[in-house]
Amino acid sequence: MRWTSPGALLGAILVALVLAAALTGAVWTPYDPLQIDFAARFAPPGARHLLGADAFGRDVLSRLMAGASTSVMISLLTVTLATGLGSGLGLLTGYVRGWTDRTIMAFINALLAFPGILLALGLLAVIGANKYGIVAALSIAYTPVVTRMVRGVVLSLREREFVEASRIMGNSPIHTMLVHVLPNCVAPITVLATSMFGWVILAESALSFLGLGVPPPAPTWGNMLAAARPYLGQAAWLGIFPGLCISLTLLGINLLGDAVRDRLDPRMRGLS
Amino acid sequence: MSGPPLVAIRDLSLEIAGEMRVVDRFELTIHPGEMIGIVGESGSGKTLAARSIMRLAPPAVRRVSGSIAFEGRELTTLPLPALQALRGSRIGMVFQEPMTSLNPSMMLGAQLEEGLKLHRKPDEGARRAAILDMLRKVGMEDPQAVLKAYPHQFSGGMRQRMMLASVMLLQPALLIADEPTTALDALVQREVLALMVDLTRANGTAVLMISHDLAMVARYTDRILVMAQGRIVEAGKTGDLLAHPRQAYTSSLLGAMPRRLPAGDVGNGAPVIEVRNLVVDYPGRQRLLKRDAGKRALEDVSLAVRPGEVVAVVGGSGSGKTTLGRAIAGMLRPARGEILYKGKPVVRRGDAWRDYRFNCQMVFQDPYSSLDPRMTIEAIIGESLRLNCGSGRSERREQVHEMLRDVGLSGLGARYPHELSGGQRQRVAIARAVIRRPAFVIADEPVSALDVTVRAQVLELLAALQRRYQFSCLFISHDLGVVEQIANRVLVMQNGRIVEQGERDAIFDNPRHPYTRLLLSAIPTLEATEQGGVRLKWRYDQSTGTDADAGPGDSGPERRPAGVPLKQGS
Repeated sequence: MRWTSPGALLGAILVALVLAAALTGAVWTPYDPLQIDFAARFAPPGARHLLGADAFGRDVLSRLMAGASTSVMISLLTVTLATGLGSGLGLLTGYVRGWTDRTIMAFINALLAFPGILLALGLLAVIGANKYGIVAALSIAYTPVVTRMVRGVVLSLREREFVEASRIMGNSPIHTMLVHVLPNCVAPITVLATSMFGWVILAESALSFLGLGVPPPAPTWGNMLAAARPYLGQAAWLGIFPGLCISLTLLGINLLGDAVRDRLDPRMRGLS
Repeated sequence: MSGPPLVAIRDLSLEIAGEMRVVDRFELTIHPGEMIGIVGESGSGKTLAARSIMRLAPPAVRRVSGSIAFEGRELTTLPLPALQALRGSRIGMVFQEPMTSLNPSMMLGAQLEEGLKLHRKPDEGARRAAILDMLRKVGMEDPQAVLKAYPHQFSGGMRQRMMLASVMLLQPALLIADEPTTALDALVQREVLALMVDLTRANGTAVLMISHDLAMVARYTDRILVMAQGRIVEAGKTGDLLAHPRQAYTSSLLGAMPRRLPAGDVGNGAPVIEVRNLVVDYPGRQRLLKRDAGKRALEDVSLAVRPGEVVAVVGGSGSGKTTLGRAIAGMLRPARGEILYKGKPVVRRGDAWRDYRFNCQMVFQDPYSSLDPRMTIEAIIGESLRLNCGSGRSERREQVHEMLRDVGLSGLGARYPHELSGGQRQRVAIARAVIRRPAFVIADEPVSALDVTVRAQVLELLAALQRRYQFSCLFISHDLGVVEQIANRVLVMQNGRIVEQGERDAIFDNPRHPYTRLLLSAIPTLEATEQGGVRLKWRYDQSTGTDADAGPGDSGPERRPAGVPLKQGS
């Protein structure tokens, strides 16, 4: 790929940093992220603890690195599952119409009627609060949003003459859907997926806050942020650093998402 | 003409991004009440030149030089508020696309009232009376009901009348009509233009009509400017300009007007496609418990197309001609009736269906939506061969390249559709249909979306390919001019039925059905002059006046009697 805009470059660097942190955090961290050290309680950022230490004296940098892998994994898996499942359903309902459409959409609309977080809470209560439970619950909660959007795009695409031309050519519906319809949905799907990345990280922290997230003491960016809340007055860095991680990651992913979208669109080629 | 001019544009030059000159030393004088046409292909600068009068050219366009005087005031230096007071009030504008030029979420009454409220400020009663009067003039049967209606409840032609009504309510001194009827079918086009001429003439409004269609502009205007690449190529009185064009470009525009060519010979073989008593219904809307009554789109339609024959289906929008094409292509299921391919009924399964799919191809109207924007031209054309088992990859490549050469697009295979012009895209669409060497091609308004000159070229290409590969063709169009050029036989459709059919010359020279005559009244016959130009003649113009001619209480302008040469200047 050729990166033409500074935004895309910045996005790529940020995402690379996060991935590097996540990978490193999985094998090595400056301290053991779970090691409690009361001597270092609320230690401010400094030489010993680069980003400070939390209420139990655990090293914030180590926890952020360890949390990165969990948070990124949860987000990546959830976004992949939700966009994959949602796009598939949207494509199917939008293209096939008829009873398939009505049945699936009735179900999807029923899911949409619940606030996502409430739905996830209910599902977590059933599945159990762990990493995979969260991924499953959030995927189900976000699938309907994707389905609705993709279906809308497909409904307008299927009226376009090139889709009709594909049918007249004798192509099977599956070929038409995958070759002519789906690629033309990529732009809106990319935009949605990148913003969903942010929702998932936030939703995960909200779930942690409600006590149904990744169970402590294992760190995630979300539960670190949630745990920092009571101490924001005396140890602001406990909130600032996880918050910064989340914001910069989202920024990076959004920039990268835009670049990928433009890159995949032949119409954008040749423009600066 | 005497008296001061209404508009005087001198030495107007416009540039985009400071480098490309899009309008070059444009000059135009319009006298009150005059009808002037600007003719040119897309990109000739005609729209920009006209829009700059109202300072409505896109922001990227800069004026390099020139002056625009309107009623003696210089518009280029006029402050914006003063200019805004002129817009709508003294200078009206009608746009090309009736489907998007009205606000879909606003009742028509309120939309019509907007301009009056802004510029004329009469009291509510007077506004209402004026609106109702105007709606009657544009041919609305129930003006009261129209006030509370929304744009989507009307057809394109009706909307364009509404647009005219809203502009003419303010009785402007100048009306700029930018391709006012290009999106409409030939018949509606004629009705709307006749209405426009009536209204403006009654009010003494001058009209600046912009179009790529020389024949259409010639019918209604006193003077014509021909533009190409930002320059005025030729200008003159309409009749003179047509009769003896001085510039080669004008001659080429005249040459692009469709005219009758000798029909090719068609053998007497067994029909390739036969349609027997076809009935197609569109289902009504599904309500909670019951379904609304549907609409019958085709009623008992029968036709046969012989090998190598071009059969044209003509009719206005809503006549069912597109439905007929789609039904034959297998895109929708008929309620009753039979479609036979080479004597056998078309069944939707197995090898027979596959064979039919290969041999029945389609070319669509809109070259902007009929090509997948994410595929290259090569891939689009090559996809047609994908299901052709038995040819290898390199062989297919070779075939695609050959096809690209055939349609005059060599070397453009790696491009994407958005990088091609409308005419080039339509060539791709034709290549995609023809590369399989089908026995039968359905062409649904294949050139209606194109400029007149491009239209002629694409039509020529289609005819040449048809002769070379001898496929039969069902050519669907609302434009009889185009049909006259290419068809062997013509079917005329109205309200889902075939009302007349016959050999092309018989239909064009001796139409029997009144609807056929009505359709013919929308196109001119050309008569060559000694000076290398043409004289246009309009058939059946008077005998078949439609309800659009004038509203009640409007005496209407003088009409040219049928068969009399166009305007001799004024």
